[in-house]
Amino acid sequence: MTLELSLNQQPAHARQGSSIGQPLTRRDGFLKVTGAARYAADNHPPGMLYAVLAVSSIARGRVAALDVEAAKAHQGVVEVMTPLNRPALAADPDAKDHPFMFRLDLLQNDQVRYPNQSIAVVIAETLEAATEGAALLSPRYEVLPARVGLDGAESFVPRGVGVGGPAVQHKGDVEAGLKSAKTRIEATYETPAQYHNAMEPHAIVVAWDGDTLSIDTPSQGLAMAQGRIAGLFGIAPENVHIRSPFLGGGFGSKGMISGPQVLGILAARLVGRPVKLVLRREQMYGPVGHRAPTRQTLRMGMDGEGRLTALDHQAKTASSTFDDFFEPAADASHTLYASPAIATSHDAVRLDTGTPLFMRAPGEATGSIALESAIDEAAHACGMDPLEFRLRNYAEVEPMTGKPFSSKALRECYRQAAETFGWASRPLQPRLMRDADGFLTGWGMGTATFPALMFQAEARAVLRSDGSGVMETGAQDMGQGAWTAFAQIAADGLGLDIDQVDFRAGSSDLPNAGIAGGSGHTATAGMAIHNAGAAVIARLADLATGDEHSPLYGAGNEGVLARGGRLYRRDDESRGESYAEILTRAGLSEIEGHGTGAPDPASQETYAKHAHGAVFAEVKVDPDFGQIRVTRLVGAFAAGRVINPRLVRSQYYGGMIWGVSFALHEEAITDRRSGRIQNANLAEYHVPVNADVPSVEALLVHEDDPYVNALGIKGVGEIGITGTAGAVANAVWHATGVRPRRFPIRIEDLLG
Amino acid sequence: MRDFDYIRPATIPDAIAAAAEPGSAYLAGGTNLLDLMKGGITSPERIVDISRLPELSRIERLDDGGLRIGALVRNADLAYDPAFAKSYPAVAEALLSGASAQLRNAATVGGNLLQRTRCSYFYDTASACNRREPGAGCDALGGENRLHAVLGWSDACIATHPSDFCVPLVALDAVVEIEGKKGRRHVTLEEFHRLPGETPQRENALEPGDLIVAVRLPAEAASFSANARYLKVRERTSYAFAIVSAAAALVVDGGKIRAARLALGGVAAKPWRARTAEAVLLGADASEATFASAADAALADASPSGDNAFKIELARRIVVRALMSALSGTPERLPALPASPFSNIPGARHDA
Repeated sequence: MTLELSLNQQPAHARQGSSIGQPLTRRDGFLKVTGAARYAADNHPPGMLYAVLAVSSIARGRVAALDVEAAKAHQGVVEVMTPLNRPALAADPDAKDHPFMFRLDLLQNDQVRYPNQSIAVVIAETLEAATEGAALLSPRYEVLPARVGLDGAESFVPRGVGVGGPAVQHKGDVEAGLKSAKTRIEATYETPAQYHNAMEPHAIVVAWDGDTLSIDTPSQGLAMAQGRIAGLFGIAPENVHIRSPFLGGGFGSKGMISGPQVLGILAARLVGRPVKLVLRREQMYGPVGHRAPTRQTLRMGMDGEGRLTALDHQAKTASSTFDDFFEPAADASHTLYASPAIATSHDAVRLDTGTPLFMRAPGEATGSIALESAIDEAAHACGMDPLEFRLRNYAEVEPMTGKPFSSKALRECYRQAAETFGWASRPLQPRLMRDADGFLTGWGMGTATFPALMFQAEARAVLRSDGSGVMETGAQDMGQGAWTAFAQIAADGLGLDIDQVDFRAGSSDLPNAGIAGGSGHTATAGMAIHNAGAAVIARLADLATGDEHSPLYGAGNEGVLARGGRLYRRDDESRGESYAEILTRAGLSEIEGHGTGAPDPASQETYAKHAHGAVFAEVKVDPDFGQIRVTRLVGAFAAGRVINPRLVRSQYYGGMIWGVSFALHEEAITDRRSGRIQNANLAEYHVPVNADVPSVEALLVHEDDPYVNALGIKGVGEIGITGTAGAVANAVWHATGVRPRRFPIRIEDLLG
Repeated sequence: MRDFDYIRPATIPDAIAAAAEPGSAYLAGGTNLLDLMKGGITSPERIVDISRLPELSRIERLDDGGLRIGALVRNADLAYDPAFAKSYPAVAEALLSGASAQLRNAATVGGNLLQRTRCSYFYDTASACNRREPGAGCDALGGENRLHAVLGWSDACIATHPSDFCVPLVALDAVVEIEGKKGRRHVTLEEFHRLPGETPQRENALEPGDLIVAVRLPAEAASFSANARYLKVRERTSYAFAIVSAAAALVVDGGKIRAARLALGGVAAKPWRARTAEAVLLGADASEATFASAADAALADASPSGDNAFKIELARRIVVRALMSALSGTPERLPALPASPFSNIPGARHDA
């Protein structure tokens, strides 16, 4: 099957492709399943030493003493880096030049501001020696009382939440709307601190050569990392070469370079040899970000027909004592349900924790589970089916801004998912369904949404006289399938078969691909690739149409098509020639073109851009024990053009499973006195295992969006967690009659 | 990592002599010990690797009808031994409900008995723990303790024993065969593990150098094979420790309970044999009412050690269900989700 694409921004020269839309398997899959894929920590440059962090066991205070002598006396230990001998930096790690520059703990002093903060680095000939050296430091502390929990400090209204949005927003008169309502609900939900827990820990292998740096480290944002490192060390960004071909998961925790990674670079500077530093699992619970806890109160009013008259969403969250990131949980209420009055507000406390950061739909996930639970409560209060209630309050325009949606196939998502799930036979009242084995059975639903974001990216395309092509962009694959999806876009962009394209990514010496985050990587870097392809094809077409020896001579006005490594006259496809012939005759070994990807400011102003979805969940609950099992999940998602349905489905599965995790499993347990996390390991910090997700189905709902970008791509990485977490919670209510108000849902909450 | 001596003795007496030196630890499967060493919770100076002592890997029928399981038999090998699973189905079910396939392939019978608590304050070396450091205090008290003990705890320690395997074993009167400097001796599993009292660091009956060489099940243990279950409630469907678990085994004749065994897991510092409950069951009608009385008896002395009062009620319900399940008969085949409530009832959906 040949897909005809007419996506060229220079419509005179169209390319026709067959790669986009194909369910290709991961091009890096073989490397990964055979273990041949080289992750950061797999690198061992000659002369490499091992660095191990010593981290704080207190939440707040100062390091009074370290037994550096004991550590250095241990056989194999080469050096111990402390605030006293840490190489100088060109920039203060506590400086904050812009909101995305997060403060780092780089041994700038002896202060401790959260548990697991780095307090020294031991560098040794072996990992074992460095590990023991770190233990021998036996730190002594001056301890101050830890500030723990959402009630552990005085609250305030932050200046901005998330990426800097206002903490307090409203439209209409919420109090009047509530007053006029026929039915009202009010409910408070709590979500815990969660940690990203990528399978691959943050790892860095560093080699200095004079003032140039060679680095292997996982990064979701190579150019940002490069810039940050260059700034800290006072060297030119091009002197920092970072390779990040594969990430063993990122989830936001590898979006920005973290303190421990920079400490690896400092350690290599100090000892004048290459150094490897890999975090231990428990060391990932502090310096590499997390999702802050929230307590959210929702108030809703409904008229006699179940229409919202007011929606008030208040969220309390936490940040660290020394930096600003505020989980924008209440903002989830801006986009989903129509209401004449909407108010959202945030307040926060400062706790002795590492700074929270972007994690798996930051704000959308926490806000979604509360909003979808509250919507379920509201539907029940009105005596309405939860789907009917959502359709009654369907937002035809973005509720908070009044902007039209660039596209919104949510009704179709509801319809397809409900039908596949069999929702129509659901009883309205809870605790009415039992299966043949006596388990309480419940069905719940949630609406999924995530903004269609774009950042900035560049790509470089090359066509060679042998007929092959190259596409370069420093894209990052954290498992989502970037190597494959971008190669597909590149192939169509160059009018080549995918196997004729050498797609290069994962390295900072390639054009800046922007960040693999915010579910915006495919749209952003994909557009850069697409435009680079267009640019080089346009050059090639100029060569051919201007060359009287070419069968395409003079076709400039009619335009040409690029397909299968050949250019054709648009008005006469019998006339064409191969890329190789054109370049060879022109005496060129290769030509190149450049492209950028970025949001279109005009359409940003005009349209609200979001992906949408609907998720339906079935749970079984043991009536006596309260143990829960999600037995079925059906999601339908509309997120614009699908580059690779296999990979997209996989992203939805992953997101939905994280939704199960949010509702039922994940929680960092913090000791209320010490502030230390008590389950900083994968045995006790639970995420779902295979047995927890027996059946997951993701439906791809067709959606054409001419406004998000020329390729019509929205994002699919994070939307799955939204909607799903609430759907599971609502299914638990429907099974048991007990409304979950704190997450994860605990057995004791259902024991009755 | 701290340097340590590594010794691989060729014989049991050599092993015992080596391990009798202070600071020694036996290494078998290593699934717990290596984690403890990496975390700095324990720092042995000498590792005595017994994993290749050949005579400890056998499963033997004894002349008296009992069974002798070598200390180095791997959890998976034992659970998947068809004859063993047939005679002691609750034990096989308990084994397969624990940890992960990879861990079960490595973990041994003897090591399972000796696994340490999962109390996070025991693992967190910056916390006070009497079990790890006698006299230091117990930070679990007043801390994050919703999964801690409700039976047999003391102010010195509220930790629980995490084993699944030991729960049906203690119910079935298993005996630990120990070889030490003074020769071989037998200790019932019920007496093997100790409650914390004032000395939580003394977790079991082993003396320095003592080596568990086998676990024995008496002949009578197989008489429950038609009505024996293990049931485990946990916070995810697999790969999680029990919040509370129970092993129940019955011999029923004409509606009357002729013999009964009951033990609880996840509730105390040792696998908890519920003898008062067994007394309630013995001779009574095999009915839910009887089982509820037995559950009340089993938990009569329970008290919360923190935010864990729910475990007492949960344990009662698990006891009743485990007994009901045992009464309804051992399933033909081991469920795909062993010990899970979601495969406890015939026909339940499972996809492990």
